[in-house]
Amino acid sequence: MTILTQVLNGLQLGSIYALVALGYTMVYGIILLLNFAHGDIIMVGAYVSWLVMAQLGLSPVIAIVLSIGACTLLGVLIDKVAYAPLRNAPRLSILITAIGVSYFLENGAQLVFGADAKVVPSFTDLSATGVGILTIVVTAVCTVVLTLLVQKSKIGKAMRAVSEDMGAARLMGINVNHTISFTFAVGSALAGVGAVLYTMAYTQATPTMGMMLGTKAFVAAVLGGIGSIPGAVVGGLLVGFAEVLVTAIGLSTWKDAVVFLLLIIVLIVKPTGIFGRSMSEKV
Amino acid sequence: MDTQNADARPVISARASSASASGTRKTLPMPVRYAINAVLVLIFLVVGELMIDGGVITRYQSTVLEQVGIYIILAVSLNIATGYLGQLPLGHAGFMSVGGYGCAIFLTRMMPVLGLTARDFVTGSPVCVFLLIGGLLVGGVCAAICGIIIGIPALRLKGDYLAIITLAFSEIIRVVMLNIDAVVGFKLTGGAAGLTGIPGYTNFLNVFITVVVVCFLIHTMMKSRHGRAILAIRDNEIAAEASGVNTTYYKTLAFVVSAFFAGVAGGLYAGCIGVMQPAVFGFMKSIEILVMVVLGGMGSMLGSVISATFLTILPEALRAFSEYRMIVYAVVLILVMIFRPQGLLGSYDFSLSRIIERVMNRDFPWKKKQTVRAEEVSADA
Repeated sequence: MTILTQVLNGLQLGSIYALVALGYTMVYGIILLLNFAHGDIIMVGAYVSWLVMAQLGLSPVIAIVLSIGACTLLGVLIDKVAYAPLRNAPRLSILITAIGVSYFLENGAQLVFGADAKVVPSFTDLSATGVGILTIVVTAVCTVVLTLLVQKSKIGKAMRAVSEDMGAARLMGINVNHTISFTFAVGSALAGVGAVLYTMAYTQATPTMGMMLGTKAFVAAVLGGIGSIPGAVVGGLLVGFAEVLVTAIGLSTWKDAVVFLLLIIVLIVKPTGIFGRSMSEKV
Repeated sequence: MDTQNADARPVISARASSASASGTRKTLPMPVRYAINAVLVLIFLVVGELMIDGGVITRYQSTVLEQVGIYIILAVSLNIATGYLGQLPLGHAGFMSVGGYGCAIFLTRMMPVLGLTARDFVTGSPVCVFLLIGGLLVGGVCAAICGIIIGIPALRLKGDYLAIITLAFSEIIRVVMLNIDAVVGFKLTGGAAGLTGIPGYTNFLNVFITVVVVCFLIHTMMKSRHGRAILAIRDNEIAAEASGVNTTYYKTLAFVVSAFFAGVAGGLYAGCIGVMQPAVFGFMKSIEILVMVVLGGMGSMLGSVISATFLTILPEALRAFSEYRMIVYAVVLILVMIFRPQGLLGSYDFSLSRIIERVMNRDFPWKKKQTVRAEEVSADA
């Protein structure tokens, strides 16, 4: 029984990491940007849920829709305001801008909502096990839909083309800016789903929640091989299981260190991650 | 300390060639240059000390000044890895904490052995001076060892991966500092409550001297062939390697030197604050230092010094608006990146000697423009 519970916990946590990691992977795949603000988008989503349910007293369905909508809009807005002007700038500048955006969202939330944790009311009447199973199912569905979107649809084809070669894609008549915005929208929508699932399980919203969640999810994306959708899922599950395992054997204070150690080992052994393709450098 | 002149070599060489066309150019010999800088440093030091002794600067203000110095060391040392080497390590706070813990633990353990009390550091007996220097070196060396351990695997990776792996290492350092006591079985770092009972050995004098020494060492290193190798790696790693620069060695060297000075700064920080808590040295601390470097201009020592000074004093001056401070930080960071990606000063560095040389040669900026215009006119004719 306990083993089963731990496996479920691992899958649940891993699924949330996987959802967030998918957002990282998609954005990185298309513009090679490590979107530091991605974790903070989840934080905003969690606060929207709290606002809608605890402050306005509306139904959970509206909260879910508004959270995902707010995350999607925020993701696109961040891209337009902060990243789009730097499309041709050195990579370092965009990375630092991403850190700046993350910093801004975190401290903005702290200013508006205060530093203390806000308790998000429960969305459903499900038990903890039920929430766990729901999380896993939602993640699986999202992954399948995303894979179909990228592999089968026209916009998915455009996304793959832009990530392959932005200049050539533009010459082929693909609207690059539109495609990048769409990628941000999809990635951020997944972050919104992640935010809802996270607050279902942990019922708290704090200004800094996105930082650790985002970093762990990024670790998951890198572990699996950044740019790869199955990689993000596998990486997410791996990180989730590692954390649950370390907590289960009574070393919960060490779990962050174990996750990062896992990342370091994978990066040293296989710098492109488990599913990553190696890219040769052009001189 | 502002007199450290780092790189503006293309500018100098361009002017030298134009001057050689119109006769020999007067230059200051190196001993004179060093003498000018030494005099400036002494004036600054004496004025500062007199103001503190005379009570013009309060106790609180001098603590802020000490922090300014500590952040200057941190920013200038991070600048080696970011501005000169062109990498983006996000774990500077980790090195700082290692240095701080190393120095503080060394000093608190050595004090009973040598029969010293915390008061001796305030009065400043000669033994204490040596012990303090030893402590800072221990802190620096601890950080440098971490830098080697982290740098060798991390520097195989590039860009974002390097950023994330250094972030991962610094988080691991933080977790280790938090939990090491339970592993070793005795009180070493004090866990989450922190390491207390650190003597207040940091004062304006030793912070100032450390800042000057650190800036001088980094400046001379960057002017040497090692510095040129590091700059070559930043400009084009493949070309540098093709020209015979051992890129792995020099990347690790720059990284380790950066970590060493961060450790020294951490040692001073421990003495300034008096308590070491792992939570302080999180990701945010690394970002704070990075903001100073980026804002000042990556590759400009003066830029780092100015922005570290400004960003440390500003929040103290604006205590009433402290809630908005972080937001302002973030907005400034984004705006600088969008409108001036090279930082406020770019890679410009101030040099008094260079200005004196210009005056000696009557080589003023406005004069130069006229000659260029004259040349253009003659070319048109």
